[in-house]
Amino acid sequence: MIDFHNIYPELFLMLAMLFLLLVGVFIKNSFTLIKKGTILSLLLCIPIVYINFDNQLLIFNNNYSINFFSNFIKIIILVASVFSLIFAGQYFKRTNIDKFEYMILVLSSTIGMFIMVSTNNLIGLYLGIELQSLSLYVLASIDRNSLKSSESGVKYFVLGALSSGLFLYGCSLIYGFTGSTNYLIINENFSIENLGLIFGLVFILVGLAFKISAVPFHMWTPDVYEGSPTSVTAFFALAPKVAGIGAFIQILFIAFGTAIEEWKSILIFISIASMVLGSVAAIGQTNIKRLMAYSSISHVGYALAGLATGSFVGISATLTYMSIYVVMNIAAFTCILFFSRDKIYYEDIRDLRGLSKNHPVVAACFCLVLFSLAGIPPLAGFFAKFYIFKALIESEMYLLAIIGLISSVISAFYYLRIIKIMYFDKEVEKFDDMSGLGIKLSLASSTLMILLYFIVPSFLLNLTDIASKVFS
Amino acid sequence: MSDIPILSLIIFIPLIGVLFLLFIKGDKDFVDKTSGYVAQLTSIVTFLASILILVNFNYKDPNFQFIEQHEWIVNFVNYKVGIDGISLSFILLTTFITPICILATINSVKNRLREFLIALLLMETMMIGVFCSLDLFIFYLFFEAGLIPMFLIIGIWGGERRVYSAFKFFLYTLFGSIFMLISVIYIYFDTGTLDVEKLLNIQINKDYQKYLWLGFFASFAVKTPMWPVHTWLPDAHVEAPTSGSVILAAILLKMAGYGFIRFSLGLFPDASVYFAPLVFVLSIIAIIYTSLVALVQKDMKKLIAYSSVAHMGFVTIGIFVFNKQGIEGSIFQMISHGIISSALFLCVGVIYDRMHTREISKYGGVVNSMPKYATMFMVFTLGSLGLPGTSGFIGEILVLIGAFKFNYWIAFLAAIGVILSACYSLWLYRRVVFGETKNEKIKSLSDLNAREYLILAPLFIMTLVLGFYPALLLDLISLSAEKVSENMLNYINLVSRIK
Repeated sequence: MIDFHNIYPELFLMLAMLFLLLVGVFIKNSFTLIKKGTILSLLLCIPIVYINFDNQLLIFNNNYSINFFSNFIKIIILVASVFSLIFAGQYFKRTNIDKFEYMILVLSSTIGMFIMVSTNNLIGLYLGIELQSLSLYVLASIDRNSLKSSESGVKYFVLGALSSGLFLYGCSLIYGFTGSTNYLIINENFSIENLGLIFGLVFILVGLAFKISAVPFHMWTPDVYEGSPTSVTAFFALAPKVAGIGAFIQILFIAFGTAIEEWKSILIFISIASMVLGSVAAIGQTNIKRLMAYSSISHVGYALAGLATGSFVGISATLTYMSIYVVMNIAAFTCILFFSRDKIYYEDIRDLRGLSKNHPVVAACFCLVLFSLAGIPPLAGFFAKFYIFKALIESEMYLLAIIGLISSVISAFYYLRIIKIMYFDKEVEKFDDMSGLGIKLSLASSTLMILLYFIVPSFLLNLTDIASKVFS
Repeated sequence: MSDIPILSLIIFIPLIGVLFLLFIKGDKDFVDKTSGYVAQLTSIVTFLASILILVNFNYKDPNFQFIEQHEWIVNFVNYKVGIDGISLSFILLTTFITPICILATINSVKNRLREFLIALLLMETMMIGVFCSLDLFIFYLFFEAGLIPMFLIIGIWGGERRVYSAFKFFLYTLFGSIFMLISVIYIYFDTGTLDVEKLLNIQINKDYQKYLWLGFFASFAVKTPMWPVHTWLPDAHVEAPTSGSVILAAILLKMAGYGFIRFSLGLFPDASVYFAPLVFVLSIIAIIYTSLVALVQKDMKKLIAYSSVAHMGFVTIGIFVFNKQGIEGSIFQMISHGIISSALFLCVGVIYDRMHTREISKYGGVVNSMPKYATMFMVFTLGSLGLPGTSGFIGEILVLIGAFKFNYWIAFLAAIGVILSACYSLWLYRRVVFGETKNEKIKSLSDLNAREYLILAPLFIMTLVLGFYPALLLDLISLSAEKVSENMLNYINLVSRIK
């Protein structure tokens, strides 16, 4: 019982979720109220996480860890969730998905993500993943009237269930050969000579790779991204990716810390495949959500490349990458949610023609974000990629670095294409003017962060450095 | 003087101008007019600041001066800037050309003038930054960041095939420079520092030097541009608006030449010696091949663009013969090419504004209606082909002397380029300015107006002044150039003695 005060953030979110659920059940038309309540409780959770920021604890019989690393990721998850709600603005109302369950599901998946990054046990990890994924399956199909949304929910669910099955099979193999589901004990009993353990490791990695949509387990991503309501797509692209990478780091460096050479080669392959496929496949896309899906696949590839080094510098680079990735995606999706005219949201990139004439400020922000996603200095995206390449070259993985750089040039092409459409083409009709403080706030803050990151690049790097030291 | 961070100031003054430009509000005419004034003022202040640096510059010191250093990324990168004679000459070129560009822009760009001026000032910051930086990472940052404004300049304000050219420009240069990035990171792990001053005194591991040199070369060769990766340049030049072409030809290309002198020679002497034959072959092909290509061009801008490639071929030869004359000559050639080629592009801009075509065959007999213009154009054409008395001559002759000292054949083949450049320049001039007036519109053309005088006169004066009194520039660069070449020659002697 004495351990409970260490998991206040999780408890707080859970209570808030239950309370808001009750409010939703008993008060009619309470969407706006519950949305505000959700945002407030997510925001309140940030200081609660922050109080115990520097603690380094293993609780519940070493099955749950609270440390700098997990707290750092939790804060990113919270920020991402908050922004994914506030930048949607009028989107919920206009597309008739203003159902209070939406908010409850966001909260419950956030709790799931918290568990994913904190747990030190395979069962805990599985529960966290399922709590997160089940909420996401429902979120994907929350627009009941849209065929596409329902289809994407079912697709996500079927494939997700399959990957959970693979994951569980891996867990059972690991449990069978090491006698425990606890990461620390697995690490003690792990022997690379045992083929069963290697199989288990591979299955677990496959299950996790599915969740962060790394190639070759990425097939669901473009369809689900396209079919889901845009605000849900934004949420998919932000928080679950970070949580997935966090879980990846936890399990790789704690449970399988002795088998670095074994999983390294798997990660190298996944990372190369994701970077290359994400860059090449996006070239032909015209739907901006599909394009962002492929872009996120390639970004996950870069993040995994950092992990593939198997070093602490690599972890730190990956964490930096994911933090900047979240900021960039917040800005990008804010812009995407802006492209609407009379309740219709436009997703084809050709609809952005001449945006720079009609909406110079939004176009300039989007242009900066795209340059940043392409990794052009001095924007934040360049530094994110740079740290990854620095870690790779420090570990003498030149091939991976060169492939990564070449695919970043390829991906520059499709980001440039959007800029071309916005700036070089003749304008079409105007979009609705930007309304709502939330959109303005999230666009301004995220763009400024991207633009001005170069002034204090050490700040984020210090944090991720400390976070990566947790694993030594 | 020493307590003012004058170099940082000169790097960031244009950015302050950009901030002002962003906040101008009002109707279109007002915005265009005020932003014109603001940009012009900013660029002139920058120019004056660079003159201030020149006044305070110690000509007798071959080392870096005005050094500023601050920690930036902890334990990794320092913000470090400083200049020697070579950098200062390029900074002066940048700050000298930019006000002229802005002046040329103000009346010829009608569409989104403010954004254009913002892009130009951003470019100025990046370019000065490149020439000042004494840290490889900072250098890379400035080197790459220039891509964004230039991409937009070509893409938004360019001609018909602007999209294709903008993409080609962007992707070519990005692809080239990623290899430089890998080399930079590798240097950091090999030596533990990115400080150029320190690196110049460290021997980088010889086994890897060749790979690192190739990494830098990939970037610089695309930017120079050297044959066979020069194809982006004619496209970019033709489609860019006049002032975009000027910035490209006058300064952007020089960043690569500067990089060769500072980094390829300074950091990798071993690899530079090893790869010098490669550079010579590529440069000689560039000089002869692109000169021949220039001969058959129908578009004026394209012709000048190809001539730029040929002139840059001289520059790379001069750098890689390693002796003092060669390096001095290549720097001189770069500065003079910066002045003359921008003048030529502006000259094309003058008649393009009147006729709206760049096709050579549409012209002929311009001298009848525009005698003053014809005079100006003639001086620049002669400068471009290297007539004694113009700045073009000094650079070429120094490079050729340097090349003769090094190898008779290289000088011989390069000299063919001099003849060819006379052919295409004079032929261009004849077809445009002389001959009979076939096109009726030509007869009614008005001669240069006051603004055009103001744009062309400084370039005209500089071409002749540097041609008659080259010491003005040579004094500035000679000590630094001598240092570079002495290092290289000592190194070669050392190697041959060991052998």
